[in-house]
Amino acid sequence: MEYLKLLGILIIILGFVLHWDTTAVVVIAAIVTGIFSGMDIVTLLQTIGKSFVDNRMVSLFFLTLPMIGLVESYGLKDYAVQAIKRLKKMTAGRILNIYLLIRELTGIFGISLQGQVQFVRPLIAPMIAAAVEDQNNRKLSEAELDLVKGRSAAVDNMGNFFAQNLFVASGGVLLIASTMKSLGYKVNPVEIVINSIPVAIVTFVLVFAYNLYFDKKLQKGGIQ
Amino acid sequence: MQNIVNVILPVFYGIIGLFMLFAAIESFRDKSNPARYGTAVFWLILAIIFAFGNILPSLIVGILVVLIGILALFKQIKVGNVPKVEPKKASQAAKRLGAKVFIPSVVLAAVSIIVAQFTPLGGQVGIGIGAVASLLVAVILTKAKTREVYTDTQRMVRSIGEPGILPQLLAMLGVVFTAAGVGKLTASLISNVFPAGNHLLGVVLYCVSMALFTYIMGNAFAAFAVITAAIGIPFVIAQGANPAVVAAIGMTSGYCGTLLTPMAANFNTLPVALLEMKDQMGVIKQQLPIAILLLIIQILLMYFLAF
Repeated sequence: MEYLKLLGILIIILGFVLHWDTTAVVVIAAIVTGIFSGMDIVTLLQTIGKSFVDNRMVSLFFLTLPMIGLVESYGLKDYAVQAIKRLKKMTAGRILNIYLLIRELTGIFGISLQGQVQFVRPLIAPMIAAAVEDQNNRKLSEAELDLVKGRSAAVDNMGNFFAQNLFVASGGVLLIASTMKSLGYKVNPVEIVINSIPVAIVTFVLVFAYNLYFDKKLQKGGIQ
Repeated sequence: MQNIVNVILPVFYGIIGLFMLFAAIESFRDKSNPARYGTAVFWLILAIIFAFGNILPSLIVGILVVLIGILALFKQIKVGNVPKVEPKKASQAAKRLGAKVFIPSVVLAAVSIIVAQFTPLGGQVGIGIGAVASLLVAVILTKAKTREVYTDTQRMVRSIGEPGILPQLLAMLGVVFTAAGVGKLTASLISNVFPAGNHLLGVVLYCVSMALFTYIMGNAFAAFAVITAAIGIPFVIAQGANPAVVAAIGMTSGYCGTLLTPMAANFNTLPVALLEMKDQMGVIKQQLPIAILLLIIQILLMYFLAF
């Protein structure tokens, strides 16, 4: 029954879909796959142990945590909030685009912001709503407000995702390099960063235009 | 040169082990955490694996990893009560330091890239040297005391918690899949439907599978290990594509799936709750056009850049 070793994949999918504890799911998937592919317990444990140690580079980002914690305690986020607050009096699309730029730039320097919690909720979404009301000279309907909030959150995600891999010590880059090495193709983390540049630029241009279009629709009097 | 790298890297892993030991000690001391013992053991195990991974027999490390899995299964790993950033200290420092507070982050990125590109030490040592240099700059800049560095270190490590080692566990799983021949098997299954050999078809298959599996699982990292072994390698890289291009764009193709899935709760459903939105799919709807466009563009980029 060769196909039984595919159970590991099934466990991973089910585990993530059903929100089981991810750590437990991954370990169980590894054990099940090993057993059904005919490894004995000792070989399986050795394979798990050796590959976990060999892949320590994926967790190198832990080295950057003391610095990140320190600048956070010394007002990194406070400063960013102050800077964004100065953007009042701009159109909604422009504020969104500046936030997009900030999100991509901080990504390049490995500054991980909890965008949704620390910026979108308290700052970006209310600013965009105010800007849209200002541009239209009226209160927004509930449905319109939902669109504005959804767009604010979406810009945060899009800026966050596609610039992350421009930082060499990001979890994504290290995971890619390490996985490729285990699959038999040696890839340098810097090569991953370089090859992530086109997608980051394309994303920036696309979302930038998307936000300008948002402004255009507003000027014509509706965002529905 | 490889010798020097082999000496330096374990030193960095030893330092990470030390950070994890801090997290173990402080988790143990956190009496408000109902899972304080499990959490402390979790960090202690990791501290041991990071610091002594080179000398420990693989069998022992394997048993320790399984032990982490068991702790997780019984919900014995919890973040607990982590010290928070003091708002007063932060806002005063923000006034005093201004934009200078970003200097350490810039130093980190710059030093890591410079070491990786212009010295033979490589990317991993670059990250380590960058991290140490940026910490020194941060300490000089903020005039922080050792005590504060310790508190911020254990605060950050503990709040990252269990998800912090998920990427490394997934990389481990990728190796087990490869050793078990999972990739070969799925590849032969898929090649019954899609013949290998056509470059464009291979790229489309890989990028769309990355997005689709990320959609289903809600996690691009997990999808990457599985789909790259099963589809990326046999259908794209083995056909002569550049591995770095394929891997980098493959991962971001997965992110298009993240933009579309309610499974990625942190990104797509958490904001709905935070912003008190009526439309459960409101964030995803805003991301839909960009996600589809980006997936198509990435397929083309991979096709033209990798071959």
